[in-house]
Amino acid sequence: MQQENNAHGHIVGYGTYAFIWLGLLAFTGITVVAAGINLGAWTVFVALGIASIKGLMVMNVFMHLKFEDKIFKIFAGVAFITLAIFLVLTFADYLFVR
Amino acid sequence: MAKAHVTSHEPDFWNVQTEHKGIWAWLLTKDHKRIGIMYLYAIVSFFFVGAIFGVLMRLELIAPGKTIMEPQTYNSLFTLHGIIMIFLFVIPAMPAVFGNFFLPIQIGAKDVFFPRLNLLSWYLYIIGGLLAITSLFLPGGPVDTGWTFYIPYSIRTTTNVIPALTAAFILGFSSILTGLNFITTIHRMRAPGMDWFRMPLFPWSLYATGWVQILATPIIGITLLLVMIERVFQVGIFDPSLGGDPVLYQHLFWTYSHPAVYIIILPAMGIISEIIPVFARKTIFGYKFIAYSSLAIAFFGSLVWGHHMFTAGMSTTAMFIFSFLTFLVSIPSAIKVFNWVATLYKGSIALEAPLLYALAFIIQFSIGGFTGLMIGALSIDIHLQDTSFIVAHFHYVMFGGAGFGFFAAMHYWFPKMFGRMYNKKTAIVAWAHVTIGFNLTYFPMFIMGYLGMPRRYYDYLPQFQPYHIASTIGSWILFAGLVMMIVNLIRGMRSGEKAGMDPWGGTTLEWTVDTPPPLENFETIPTVTTGPYDYSRYEIAAKEAQ
Repeated sequence: MQQENNAHGHIVGYGTYAFIWLGLLAFTGITVVAAGINLGAWTVFVALGIASIKGLMVMNVFMHLKFEDKIFKIFAGVAFITLAIFLVLTFADYLFVR
Repeated sequence: MAKAHVTSHEPDFWNVQTEHKGIWAWLLTKDHKRIGIMYLYAIVSFFFVGAIFGVLMRLELIAPGKTIMEPQTYNSLFTLHGIIMIFLFVIPAMPAVFGNFFLPIQIGAKDVFFPRLNLLSWYLYIIGGLLAITSLFLPGGPVDTGWTFYIPYSIRTTTNVIPALTAAFILGFSSILTGLNFITTIHRMRAPGMDWFRMPLFPWSLYATGWVQILATPIIGITLLLVMIERVFQVGIFDPSLGGDPVLYQHLFWTYSHPAVYIIILPAMGIISEIIPVFARKTIFGYKFIAYSSLAIAFFGSLVWGHHMFTAGMSTTAMFIFSFLTFLVSIPSAIKVFNWVATLYKGSIALEAPLLYALAFIIQFSIGGFTGLMIGALSIDIHLQDTSFIVAHFHYVMFGGAGFGFFAAMHYWFPKMFGRMYNKKTAIVAWAHVTIGFNLTYFPMFIMGYLGMPRRYYDYLPQFQPYHIASTIGSWILFAGLVMMIVNLIRGMRSGEKAGMDPWGGTTLEWTVDTPPPLENFETIPTVTTGPYDYSRYEIAAKEAQ
């Protein structure tokens, strides 16, 4: 039980939360704009790239992953990489089929 | 393994007094063992509903044309048989029943890490299960899409697709929470001295399974939600007439549903790894390889879903990659099989019911695995896709493998769970019926599938009838064996001989606590000093006797 949850003791200021929130809104706007541009095969990668950045912001700040022990970061990393592999394999099919 | 042999003075978990009385002592319990028992009753009940549907389908197919039901009823039956057997039986069966009951005990813990979440998982399972059954009786009629809910039919059929999808969605949450609970429990609650390589192989398999449950299940959840949105709001996501892409649906569906095969089979492999050394009286051969192969199967098994779609219009490049990955996953699977057989070699074999089910597992899983390689090859798959060969293949893995793993566990851990022993002779007679019936039901499907019998067809050409007759007769023998098995277990539960602490001569921690275990399993948490399968005393005696 050495690896107790350190995040409970860490306080994040309201300013940081507001900054991240504004960042998320900005990226949502970029997603909407990007959806209107014909990027061809890159469409999916751009959309997923923006979504990944937003996900990282939420996980790191709102969910306090940034302040957690290494093991939790590894777990989150494994999940992220697995999802990335799923997506790459799926959309790679689309790249080759066209 | 630590020789705790703690004889507790506490009442066992069946009789312990809690803050709640009567039925509430069960419905509000946080004890992992009681939750495991509740899962057991629910899962076995759903299994028999699914089995009855299967027997009725086989009866319909005993002759060409209409026999006992209309085509629409047949479509609904094979759909519900699939949904019930996949989502309500094989996926949750082993983690939810035996994982819940034995994981904490095997790692020397008093409970799982999140007991309340564990109870919530059970409630989600029950709600999902009841919703699936309720969808049978709602206006619109039972869902008829097949358990795969393929697009565009599942967007266009007027049957109760949304209740069935909602049921699968809820059941997915139950599965995720169980996986999360087990991973956390294994990381946080192992007894002192139980490092990773002193952990029994069943927890290892649950650990690998837990990761697949957590990582793959959300994908099916979101996909099913998108189908519901598409049905209700006519948004073009998967339906080509609305501008969607049906192949994308298949990708997303199988991204979960193939790893689900490993959610199903990995715990069964863990159970077989527990049973073989006990009944061969030998330390397991290649412990680390079996442990690592669970992780390898979980990883590679998550990357092979495209082999379900070779005829669906994928790119040739993707087909090649998925075929190659499919062949890779056979390596860790074969490692397990070789290690089990090597453990049996020169062992002091006790042919009790659990081992018989385990041996049937090894043979049937191997047949399922080899035929999987056949259809993983691109050229052969084009010939066999959507024939009854596929049905035979996945029943050999899902039922001949996982189902038999469940029965093996049931017979192995029964005395510990219920404190009594079933009739061993009847158990072996039932095993013979189940095994012969299973093979007679499904092996003819390989042959007729190879000859061109399509799957899911209500009617067929007369030349296939001999195979269908054999298969239907097999389903009767199989069902008779299942009834015999369950009656024997219920009798054993009620009036069987009292079982001792370690009736099989097991060496893992569950055999060192009282039978049935007390509420908190251990009076004092044991300290583990050796690996889990220490049969060196038998091996030394055997060598001396030679």
